[in-house]
Amino acid sequence: MDPAIVDEILDRYKKKRSALIGILQDIQAEYNYLPKETLSLVKKRLNIPLINILSVATFYNLFTFKPRGRHLISACMGTACHVRGAAKIVERLESELGIKTGEATEDLKYSLETVYCVGCCSLAPVMRINSDTYGGLRQDKLTRILKKYE
Amino acid sequence: MNRKVEKLQDLERIKEKGLKSIYPDKTKIAVGTATCGLASGAGEVLETITREVREKSLPIMVTRSGCLGFCQKEPLVDILRPGWPRITYCQVTPKRAKKVIDQLAQAKLKREWVLAKADEEEFLIEGNVRKYPLNGLPDGINDIPMYRDIPFYKKQMKIAMRNCGFIDPEKIDEYIGRGGYQSLHKVLTQYQPEQVIEEIRKSGLRGRGGGGFLTGRKWYYCRQASGDRKYVICNADEGDPGAYMDRSVLEGDPHSVLEGMIIGAYAIGAHEGYIYVRAEYPLAVKILREVIRQAEEYGFLGSNIFGSSFDFSIQINQGAGAFVCGESTALMASLEGKVGEPRAKHIHTVESGLWEKPTSLNNVETWANVPVIVARGSDWFSRIGTKESKGTKVFSLVGKIENTGLVEVPMGITLREIVFGIGGGIPHGKKFKAVQTGGPSGGCVPEKFIDLPVDFEELTRVGSMMGSGGMIVMDEDTCMVDVAKYFLGFLQDESCGKCTSCREGIKRMLQILTRITQGKGEQADIELLEELSGVVADTSLCALGATAPNPVLTTIRYFRDEYEAHIKDKKCPAKVCKDLITYTIDREKCTGCLVCKKLCPEKAIEGERKEPHLIDQAKCTRCGLCLDSCKFEAVVVT
Repeated sequence: MDPAIVDEILDRYKKKRSALIGILQDIQAEYNYLPKETLSLVKKRLNIPLINILSVATFYNLFTFKPRGRHLISACMGTACHVRGAAKIVERLESELGIKTGEATEDLKYSLETVYCVGCCSLAPVMRINSDTYGGLRQDKLTRILKKYE
Repeated sequence: MNRKVEKLQDLERIKEKGLKSIYPDKTKIAVGTATCGLASGAGEVLETITREVREKSLPIMVTRSGCLGFCQKEPLVDILRPGWPRITYCQVTPKRAKKVIDQLAQAKLKREWVLAKADEEEFLIEGNVRKYPLNGLPDGINDIPMYRDIPFYKKQMKIAMRNCGFIDPEKIDEYIGRGGYQSLHKVLTQYQPEQVIEEIRKSGLRGRGGGGFLTGRKWYYCRQASGDRKYVICNADEGDPGAYMDRSVLEGDPHSVLEGMIIGAYAIGAHEGYIYVRAEYPLAVKILREVIRQAEEYGFLGSNIFGSSFDFSIQINQGAGAFVCGESTALMASLEGKVGEPRAKHIHTVESGLWEKPTSLNNVETWANVPVIVARGSDWFSRIGTKESKGTKVFSLVGKIENTGLVEVPMGITLREIVFGIGGGIPHGKKFKAVQTGGPSGGCVPEKFIDLPVDFEELTRVGSMMGSGGMIVMDEDTCMVDVAKYFLGFLQDESCGKCTSCREGIKRMLQILTRITQGKGEQADIELLEELSGVVADTSLCALGATAPNPVLTTIRYFRDEYEAHIKDKKCPAKVCKDLITYTIDREKCTGCLVCKKLCPEKAIEGERKEPHLIDQAKCTRCGLCLDSCKFEAVVVT
């Protein structure tokens, strides 16, 4: 961890305590997860108890304390996706990657997570890989899509 | 250079510029690049078109636009050629785009892949219709249907989505070209804040985010509240799974939301505003950042707006994946950098909201309606809709429906008109079962209410609610017990955990439902679910808990037979619940092609080439891959 990076982020928010969520988001954008040392630094600089930081970081689904894979797969579990078979898509992704939802592959190539609705309901079932959205998914299409991400 | 707009003449001048940008004197191609479009390949289409035009040095302008609502037919590409009507191509691929351009370069029309044409366009803010001047029409143009004649658009009426698909969302001049920021000028120069509130109150506009509270009344209380600082918030934490109109408005016409917020802030007396937007909408966030910058540049945000003494600024905050933050008090806690837990509302947020200051929080779609009401007047607006529900509502028509997309319709239109008229009915000749409205707080409306006029009151009367406008259509293959289980799973994940009844009650209800779907249900379970529902609803603090039982209660009320089939007969009539179904192979239909055998992840399929295959039930996990991959319909679910 480079303290300068975290300091730069904290300065961006003028070290305001109310900006905690934004600060954590930016740290996660930088490291792909929230490394413990960064949180200790945030604690020191903002002068707030670590428990306050942890309560926020554990409350919101987007934060993670485990390193994520290079490619983040977010399988959508919105209602439209659900009635169009999202559960099957998630199962197939799990077995294809050999991991459970919420985990990363050992080589840290992929992470698999589920999200409730990416707002692309008309194309359900949908998943997002990094910032690309894929709609009209079928179990047998997944392997080909995953191959695009090295 | 100072680009601040201070007088009406400045705005008029930009409007002229904007109109030239929307309707240039040469051919324009606009590619819909909202998230739906991009997910369908609009990015590559835009790239191809741009390259083609450049390489062939064609006198064509290429630009982006928002979403026209017909998401199923994305990518959508609009052609505006002087002398021609507006022509919209659908399901465009890079290859198809090339062919369209080839023809266009020779002033010819590629007839294939055309969705519709339009010979006029409504300018809602100014209340007029602009006819496209027609001359030199190409062959084949006559057989293209008009927008107003195709079922998907016929009954729609666009207010909140008036500009979506017609302008480049990131060009403020185009928004102004279609009448944008005129309403802001009007209120700042002609209205006292109280008059704005009175106008909104008289219009009957109600919150589009779910609550349905009268917007004018909310503003009135907030204005009346004592305090030196007040805030306005745009709730763009569109969390209801299955609803995405806010994303579409933010991506297609973000300035309409900004203008609404500035007007609202003036009415209330606020000088700071926040847009709280879901982190799951990265494109909307990016666009918002850009348009706020533009509005600041023109002086619509900042100090002395339009040369008046009114100051207002807007800041964007991103959510971090918590559904409960769509609730007003939780959202405000989140804006303060805290855990997003709702609080009791015996003191309303209009009196003590963000930082304990009077705060008015309204939804994206609500804000987008405001400039139109100011421009056209409350009388005009209140003539649309029903007695208690005025105006239009955007619904996301999704699920088991032929035409999926965003539809904006006047309140009071029947479910039948939406599902079978606009939506084109259920695909593959399947039977309609229900429409789920109102997200996890709503319920399932069964077929017997298909002629229900859709407004706030009627949906509540049948046990569901308007919510933010998700409309998920379900057919005979949707298991209603599974749907109830799905929503409880969602709510269990998203409950903040503050109230025991919500945290524990939902968990227990989910356990019971899971048991039922596994074939381990007992007759008393239905009554137990109903009893627990009462407790959770009555003793939870916020709407998440108070409405959590709705999906369960409405499915029990209208689809009790499905619950009983799971409990008594250990059958899932829709063939969804894994523990209650079996996959087998029809020996007559199986050609022995080996496709399913190769794909089966459990190696549960046996059989040789050209011989009927067999599924080993002990190994089968009912993943359905064989069913999806069989071209001969030989896999049977019982």
